Amino acid sequence: MAEGKTMVLNMGPHHPATHGVLRLVLELDGETVVKVTPHIGQLHRGIEKIAESMNYQQVIPLTDRLDYTAASLNNLGYCMTVEKLLGIEVPKRAQYIRVIMGELARIMGHHLWLGSHALDIGAMTVVFYTFRDREMIMNINEELSGYRLTPSFLRVGGVAKDITPDFIKYVREFVQWFPKAVDGYNTLLTDNIIWRKRTMGIGPIAAEEAINYGFTGPSLRGSGVAYDVRKAAPYCSYEDFDFKIPIGENGDVYDRYLVRMEEFTQSLAIIEQAIENLPEGPVTVDNPWVLNPNLDDVMQDISALIRRFKIQCEGPQVPAEEVYQAVEGSKGELGYYLVGDGTAQPYRLKIRSPCFILTSALPRLLAGVMLADVISIIGSIDIVLGEIDR
Amino acid sequence: MSNRDYAVNVSGRRTQRGKIVLPLLKGLAYTLKNFFSKPITIQYPTQRREVRERWRGLHRLNVDGQGTLKCVACGLCAKICPPQAIRIVPYEEEGGTRFPKEFYIDEIRCIFCGFCQEACPVGAIELTKVYDYVDYDRQDFQFDITKLKDPEQFIFKGK
Repeated sequence: MAEGKTMVLNMGPHHPATHGVLRLVLELDGETVVKVTPHIGQLHRGIEKIAESMNYQQVIPLTDRLDYTAASLNNLGYCMTVEKLLGIEVPKRAQYIRVIMGELARIMGHHLWLGSHALDIGAMTVVFYTFRDREMIMNINEELSGYRLTPSFLRVGGVAKDITPDFIKYVREFVQWFPKAVDGYNTLLTDNIIWRKRTMGIGPIAAEEAINYGFTGPSLRGSGVAYDVRKAAPYCSYEDFDFKIPIGENGDVYDRYLVRMEEFTQSLAIIEQAIENLPEGPVTVDNPWVLNPNLDDVMQDISALIRRFKIQCEGPQVPAEEVYQAVEGSKGELGYYLVGDGTAQPYRLKIRSPCFILTSALPRLLAGVMLADVISIIGSIDIVLGEIDR
Repeated sequence: MSNRDYAVNVSGRRTQRGKIVLPLLKGLAYTLKNFFSKPITIQYPTQRREVRERWRGLHRLNVDGQGTLKCVACGLCAKICPPQAIRIVPYEEEGGTRFPKEFYIDEIRCIFCGFCQEACPVGAIELTKVYDYVDYDRQDFQFDITKLKDPEQFIFKGK
């Protein structure tokens, strides 16, 4: 290559290590990256626009398909936004079930991250163990909702059904088993010299800069900022549980890895507390404008029948107001900004996707690193293209 | 800004210099131990896993004791269906009983969210445990009443 000339390399959208369909245009000087331009939009399905032509219940399966690695957390954020707009409070039991589903989803998301991140860097074994344990959570999802990856189990005003005895049994089995599994991941990676060489000191970002870029979630906490929506603005009974927020110091790939590894343990602690202290009571809110009357009532009572038709056809009627609700997704602060116009359909649904914001920092994170480290850094910020492109 | 009382600093777990061979051997030992454990994979399709009770698979139109469809063609399932996969043509008898004359579900469009079985006011539509329907033609996935009455026939039973 002539002096001063750079080479342009297209990485993706079908590169296995770009986590979906991310396309990076890399300008290389030898093996050093000079400039990066991320191209997104290859998984765009127009979820925000489709939502405008649907009623509030029909949007729930769409949100499953945002961050499909942790589907229940997206459901949680969306349902809570609509509930905030309607001004209803979900019963305690439903909140606890939501917390269990959400934290299981977070562990599922981190499983996929750990497996693929290690696979990208070259540690091929880990993915088999993470997927083995992920299978257990999928079985729990299946027991509860009937579907494994996209449960669509949460509803506006509660959850779809009550839990089963087998669900409690499976969750307890998982809670018992999982610490051993995390020890296994640690044995394979944390002290491993190859892993350390590939991650320590790679892609560091200081706390100040991470905040300026709008980082949230484990990527921000890796830089040492103790910001977590579950603690900063507790929602859905999170104030009932005793858990810690792991933070790092150096903001490099290895610290982000350590933070997520500790989140496995903390999420598990939340699940354990929730399943042991599960309150009795209904799982849907007792509000005739939201609650779908059950089949027995429908057979007996004509007004219940009419109400059922009304609720199923149109869903809840929301006031003409605007509301923002954020939850801690597995990748960061997942926010929904919802504008209601008094009809049965959202006027506008804006999704604040943490991955989109993390992707916007890629040109900064990847400038000047070696080509091989591009893979580690993309893996460490844990992006899911389903959420970026929406 | 940084340290709040609920935060736990995990940077202390950073391994310092040294420690090169032993962690590698430990990792290999972990893998070796798992090598002799019972495999969790199953040999699909000769071995099939039992799915749970609430599984959301292919749809079934339930019939009552006399063998007639329970469905009253109210169209609530078609209304709630997020991908609009259900199409119903209603038909009314002399006595005023409503039946579906035609009932189509596009199993390619369907996302198996289960809203139709939740919406149904008479318990006529139900999602079964059949999860691996395969066919050659897109047209074959347009399920009509005959197919919807008995989705269990599509369970793969081996050659």
